[in-house]
Amino acid sequence: MVKITIDGNVYEVDPKDNLLQTILSLGLDLPYFCWHPALGSVGSCRQCAVKKYSGEDDQKGRIVMACMEPVVDGMRISVNDPEVKDFRANIIELLMTNHPHDCPVCDEGGECHLQDVTLMSGHNYRQFDFNKRTHNNQYLGPFINHEMNRCIQCYRCVRFYREYAGGRDFNVFSSRNRVFFGRYEDGVLENEFSGNLAEVCPTGVFTDKTYKQHFTRKWDLTTAPSICHNCSLGCNIIAGERYGTIRRIASRYNGKVNGYFICDRGRFGYEYVNSDQRIREPLRRGQASGRLEPVDRETVFNYFKKIFDKKPRLLGIGSPKASLESNHALQMLVGKENFFAGVSAVEHQLTLKAIQILKEGPAEVPSLRETEKADTVLILGEDVTNTAPMLALSLRQASRQKPMELPIKMNVPTWHEMAVLELMQDERSPFFVLTPTETKLDDIATAVYRNAPDNIARLAHAVAHYIDSAAPEVENLSEEETELVKQIAENLLSSKQPLIVSGTSCLNESLLEAAANITRALKKRQKSPWIFLTVPEANSVGLALLDEKDLNQAIEKALSDSYDALIILENDLYRRIEEDKANKLFDAFEHVIVLHYLHNSTTDKANLVVPVGPFSESDGTLVNNEGRAQRFYQVFYPGDSVKESWRWLGQIITGHGLNGRSELSKLDDFIEALVRDFPELKAVKDLAPNADFRIAGQKIPRQSHRYSGRTSMNANVNVSEPKPPEDEDSPMSFTMEGYQGMPPSPFISRFWYPGWNSVQAVNKFQIEVGGALRGGDPGLRVFEPQTDSDAPYYTRIPEAFKPQKDQWFAIPVFHIFGSDELSIYTPGVAELAPKPYLLLNQKDAESFSGEKVNVLLDGKQIELTVKTSSSFPSGMVGIPFGLPEMKIFKFPNWVKISG
Amino acid sequence: MLSDKERTEIEEHSRHYPRKQAAVIEALKVVQSHRGYVSDENVKDIAEFLEMTPDEVDSVATFYNLIFRKPVGEHVILLCDSVSCWIMGYETIMDHLRAKLKIEPGQTTEDGKFTLLTIPCLGACDRAPAMMIDNDLHGNLTVQKIDEILKKYK
Repeated sequence: MVKITIDGNVYEVDPKDNLLQTILSLGLDLPYFCWHPALGSVGSCRQCAVKKYSGEDDQKGRIVMACMEPVVDGMRISVNDPEVKDFRANIIELLMTNHPHDCPVCDEGGECHLQDVTLMSGHNYRQFDFNKRTHNNQYLGPFINHEMNRCIQCYRCVRFYREYAGGRDFNVFSSRNRVFFGRYEDGVLENEFSGNLAEVCPTGVFTDKTYKQHFTRKWDLTTAPSICHNCSLGCNIIAGERYGTIRRIASRYNGKVNGYFICDRGRFGYEYVNSDQRIREPLRRGQASGRLEPVDRETVFNYFKKIFDKKPRLLGIGSPKASLESNHALQMLVGKENFFAGVSAVEHQLTLKAIQILKEGPAEVPSLRETEKADTVLILGEDVTNTAPMLALSLRQASRQKPMELPIKMNVPTWHEMAVLELMQDERSPFFVLTPTETKLDDIATAVYRNAPDNIARLAHAVAHYIDSAAPEVENLSEEETELVKQIAENLLSSKQPLIVSGTSCLNESLLEAAANITRALKKRQKSPWIFLTVPEANSVGLALLDEKDLNQAIEKALSDSYDALIILENDLYRRIEEDKANKLFDAFEHVIVLHYLHNSTTDKANLVVPVGPFSESDGTLVNNEGRAQRFYQVFYPGDSVKESWRWLGQIITGHGLNGRSELSKLDDFIEALVRDFPELKAVKDLAPNADFRIAGQKIPRQSHRYSGRTSMNANVNVSEPKPPEDEDSPMSFTMEGYQGMPPSPFISRFWYPGWNSVQAVNKFQIEVGGALRGGDPGLRVFEPQTDSDAPYYTRIPEAFKPQKDQWFAIPVFHIFGSDELSIYTPGVAELAPKPYLLLNQKDAESFSGEKVNVLLDGKQIELTVKTSSSFPSGMVGIPFGLPEMKIFKFPNWVKISG
Repeated sequence: MLSDKERTEIEEHSRHYPRKQAAVIEALKVVQSHRGYVSDENVKDIAEFLEMTPDEVDSVATFYNLIFRKPVGEHVILLCDSVSCWIMGYETIMDHLRAKLKIEPGQTTEDGKFTLLTIPCLGACDRAPAMMIDNDLHGNLTVQKIDEILKKYK
């Protein structure tokens, strides 16, 4: 710690950050543009100027840029010196000469960093008499709107897009005041993190196009802290609503999980909530019509009453997309032995395996954000950009970790971005990508290895054996493979923080075992390896912790035992198992009850459909891929028909006196019940204060104090202002009433601070800029790895993959846009999803004459367009997973092709 | 498509650098020397040849005002409008050129002979006002001199 003096006040600070960051961490205000805590300092905008004095006698001082200034002991500076204030006012005046005065029609207006800084710097009147320069805007795809006239040339966009996110189809063009940020020509931004431009841009050049379709000012949104449901990483998001529709998703800073950013599937894949396929009232299949017809709430309870009159046996199928509370409520209703996880056997087994490996250790499990700090990365099988996108962004930062040693050695501060880049040049951390298909991380890879999942597992096992000869040996590797094994192993051994990444998407258990073996071998060699495993969905881990029985077992049980009714929770079984299997299950039941928010093939089979809330209209807890339980909160009250699944189920349970337990009505009751049945999930109860929590006797409002129109917004329905809905499940209110100060971190529903209307206000919510949120980042692990364990090696080495003459080994290929069930409802996501295709090795494809081939899958013939790749393993085919136009097939599987 | 000659010349330049992308400025100059300017298609060709994206190539191309991204005339007149030439009366020269060629700065004559551009400093302040046509520097300009000089390029 060192002492510095700012405007006569002495502060004790850690000299690790630049002066700007230090000043902001102290809670002082200093305007800036080009600096961003995740992007480092380049000193280009000149906005963060301060006076620096050379010693006690120096009365005059000199102007320096705070972001480029290291913090040293005894430093004396001034933020408020008149000369430096004038300087900052001049800079903003210059930047504003070309900025249009279009705030009223700009989507950024009201949450604009440029507005905040202009006000903060004291520039009021334009003296520049000349024309403003204008630009033509570009079409950048369905997600991002471009308005270049608003640009103030801070260069943040291009630095984020190119240097941070690795995109190459975006750049800065021209020179002087004609500088242009965009693409070479109109076209869709290719990078999966392009949505962050809307938050990185300090003004309205890049804005959220989906938000524009149903725009509402920030202060008019009802917002709640939520968790992204679109993959297993559990990125923190803020969801905003007005008039009963979700208007946008923004990133919610979490220093442990997603940091400042989220991926485009997370940001834009929310529109299923507003879809016309939403189920907003209970539906019962009419006796005469055979169609689902709207009924009232009482009918739902009567339907259950009739079933319960017979002392029924119920079969319940849970969902990896539904909360712990909802899954557990169903489990309570049907009984543990009759509850099954609603996922295929192979997927569930892999998730259970992943959990076992994480728990057993001895590898430590980093958080998503911590993976940025790994200095050697080995990816086994997982195309993370498409299965867990934000992990790809974190790993890209990890690729800078090893070369960062050079600036550190040369005493160049790590925040000095330009100097660091100059020193690093093309140096990258050792980074190995072992996957069947090409990935978007290949560009930073030291070496890539394209092969069948079994062969990747074999190579990985060989790496473990190379590191520790007690690990099982792999025979018959080629010379090249042996060389690669050696290279990977030596790099892992010489690294300070090795990270092994794998996951479930290859549907290959050996890959997970091999990943575990490598970490165990490294531990034997006195390393402290990290392991990070991705799983299929937002609550796959949570569901697996509740029950080990899968969907295939459910079908067996349904067919062998006699059940009276089937209850399916927030799940479309036709996306989980093959069609004929699902049909068989439904045929076995007289009563099929589905709790869901969207019409789908499963609700088509239902006799009763119960309308439940998706993430926007529910509270609940998810457990992410690393075992972190995180709470998401209801954003708005959707009316009396739509309820959380757990609330419906709880009313049915208590209504029939089933559980013999205490009351089940509020969220806290369900959490209590969950923790009672699963004591190991105790963290779920501790991760946020319960509904009784108050600050200064007040609730925490979901609406800002500037929320407008509340007395008139429903005047077309009733001129009397309706009584606001009450939230008995959380300490938050649905209105603007309550404590408008800073809430505890689990309840941050907007980043706003006096004078800081833009998302940059996040600085004020952190203990120190870029670090943890005040009070700690929300979310708690439900399990931790046993780092001192002596878990044995997995000994099953798979056979090498052998191509076969008349059949092909089919694996699923995942797409960030297209493979996910719900995000595809966003028109832009559907637009960017691939059309069905069959991926083949180029040479293999030559044996087929046409562009299209017929594939025999699960006994069904489908025609697919051939896509070729020179590196895709021979003898295999890749089939895009989960596209709406395609059925679900059994993977991995051998298939026949003709054509 | 780049011509064989262009490819050879670019390769020659890229040999001087540890990574061939470093030769992008030279590549743009090579193409311009053969075609007079760098078209949108040429940007893509260079990008492919140097394993860059068109966005990366065009970022460099548009930064330099002597890389022409639009067709120019047979001869390019670069008239200095910087401070020394301004003091020495470049405006008279400019007016004369505009009248004579019937074009504004940034335009090309109808017969495709000349493109008129301004340039901030040719490093010839001692001979101000100065201009450059193609690779020839002309100093101490007067209205009379202009007519004679232009004749050389007819």
